[in-house]
Amino acid sequence: MSYKIPMGPYHPALEEPYKLDLICEGETVCDSKLRIGFNFRGIEHLAETRNYIQVVALMERVCGICSNIHTLTLCQAMEGLTGLTPPPRAKYIRVIMAELERLHSHVLWAGIAAKLMGFKTMFMTCFEIREKVMDVLCAISGNRVNYAMNRIGGVNRDISDPQAILKMVEALELEMAHTVIPIFTTSRTAISRCANIGVLTTEKAVSCGVVGPTARAAGLPQDIRRAAPYAAYEEMEFDVPVQPAGDVTARLLVRALEIMESCKILRQALAKLPPGEINTGDDKFPFTTGTATSRVEAPRGEVMYSVSWKEGSRTPSRVHVRTPTFANMPAIRWMVMGARLADTPLIQASIDPCYSCTDR
Amino acid sequence: MKLWNRLMCYCRRRSPWLFHMNSGSCNGCDIEIIASLTPRYDAEQLGVRLEGSPRHADILCVTGPVTHNAVEAIKTVYGQVYGPKAVIAIGSCPATTNVFIDSRTLAGPLNLHIPVDVFVPGCPPRPDAIILGVAKAAAILAARGNKPAAVASEPEVVGECAGNCTCCESNAKEVQA
Repeated sequence: MSYKIPMGPYHPALEEPYKLDLICEGETVCDSKLRIGFNFRGIEHLAETRNYIQVVALMERVCGICSNIHTLTLCQAMEGLTGLTPPPRAKYIRVIMAELERLHSHVLWAGIAAKLMGFKTMFMTCFEIREKVMDVLCAISGNRVNYAMNRIGGVNRDISDPQAILKMVEALELEMAHTVIPIFTTSRTAISRCANIGVLTTEKAVSCGVVGPTARAAGLPQDIRRAAPYAAYEEMEFDVPVQPAGDVTARLLVRALEIMESCKILRQALAKLPPGEINTGDDKFPFTTGTATSRVEAPRGEVMYSVSWKEGSRTPSRVHVRTPTFANMPAIRWMVMGARLADTPLIQASIDPCYSCTDR
Repeated sequence: MKLWNRLMCYCRRRSPWLFHMNSGSCNGCDIEIIASLTPRYDAEQLGVRLEGSPRHADILCVTGPVTHNAVEAIKTVYGQVYGPKAVIAIGSCPATTNVFIDSRTLAGPLNLHIPVDVFVPGCPPRPDAIILGVAKAAAILAARGNKPAAVASEPEVVGECAGNCTCCESNAKEVQA
């Protein structure tokens, strides 16, 4: 006899409000239903009432974890409409910010996953290391979460002393290689809680259309930074880690390896940071009628913005956002089918869901 | 009985337990609450603990601009916290609805629905400001325990931009001039 376990929407085990109904038979989950929309703030509609300066500040608040990625994508789309090209230094600073954000997001996820495994020591360790990433971000931008770095035609703040940042990044990389990744890959607690649970096969991954680390952990080598390079990613050398297994361990490993790749990209970008202007210096923008889209690889996968504008207007006529969690969400159903009830919190967290992005 | 009351107030001030409620926040403030409990800022040394149930908590921390979906839930959770209780509004969103002002899906700000004792403005506030807010709320809680009728008439505002920073001073001078 099956029974239903409702979780949420305002539940202490959930970080954000959403509703997860698990249909169980004994300890085994047979099916699940996910309801979202509790975070709906109507941001896409609000964007239509904000001018081209305000809309950047508004879109930064779509998500508190990947705030820089949202403004980066929006600014790239708006640059497509205005015909502006950011100077090379701005492109490098964008790469640096995006990679630092990926670092802090992945370490944060590692901490949350550790907490769900019941491994509180690793949770605290991860958050302590994350503070070092936050120090670098704070040194560059002056804030810990909403960095306000991107603007149309470049960035707002310069990195005046790349060597100092480079030292911080090297210390960070050492910490990652010596603490986080060994815990990820060799700790018995982590492995026994993650191996062979929440399996998403490659076929299912293709049919669900998953993106980002979830796709790469199911053996799909897809990465927007490689497939359609934006900012200065064309000039960076990095690998795209792929794991074929598709279970939670694979997703752990993909993120762990991505942390190392991010450090690699950061070192290259800081060493090669070209001189020059950091933005085009325009404050009035010649928007043309039309629609521009932009795609960026966020820590959770591909973010796409589609911005429509009418010539002479100060406000966009439509801003559409497609977030990675929206693509990854349906895969949870196939992952939890047949899993034990105790494993479901970890499985649903393994895609690194962000419902505030998805609901907007 | 008087001694017992005083002991309870002391205990409440020294171990404020929090319940965190997300009312449509962007995760920024939520992450900073967690960051303030982890080793760098370590609010746990002040006896602060994040609780899983509102019935175990003394202080309700609300983040987010209060969506229509969240209103009933906030009122229910506020009712479930045993008195004496205090409410902290963390971030600019519950204080003013922040950049989301004019949105049709919001029912904020928070003080339209439940009484707020401490505002911690900022987008998001730094962990130090959050800890200061919790300390203020704990003091309010202790005062409220001594005299159950006493309710703080004016909510306190803590943090970097609580009206005494340089930007506010220069703004005030401009207004005067």
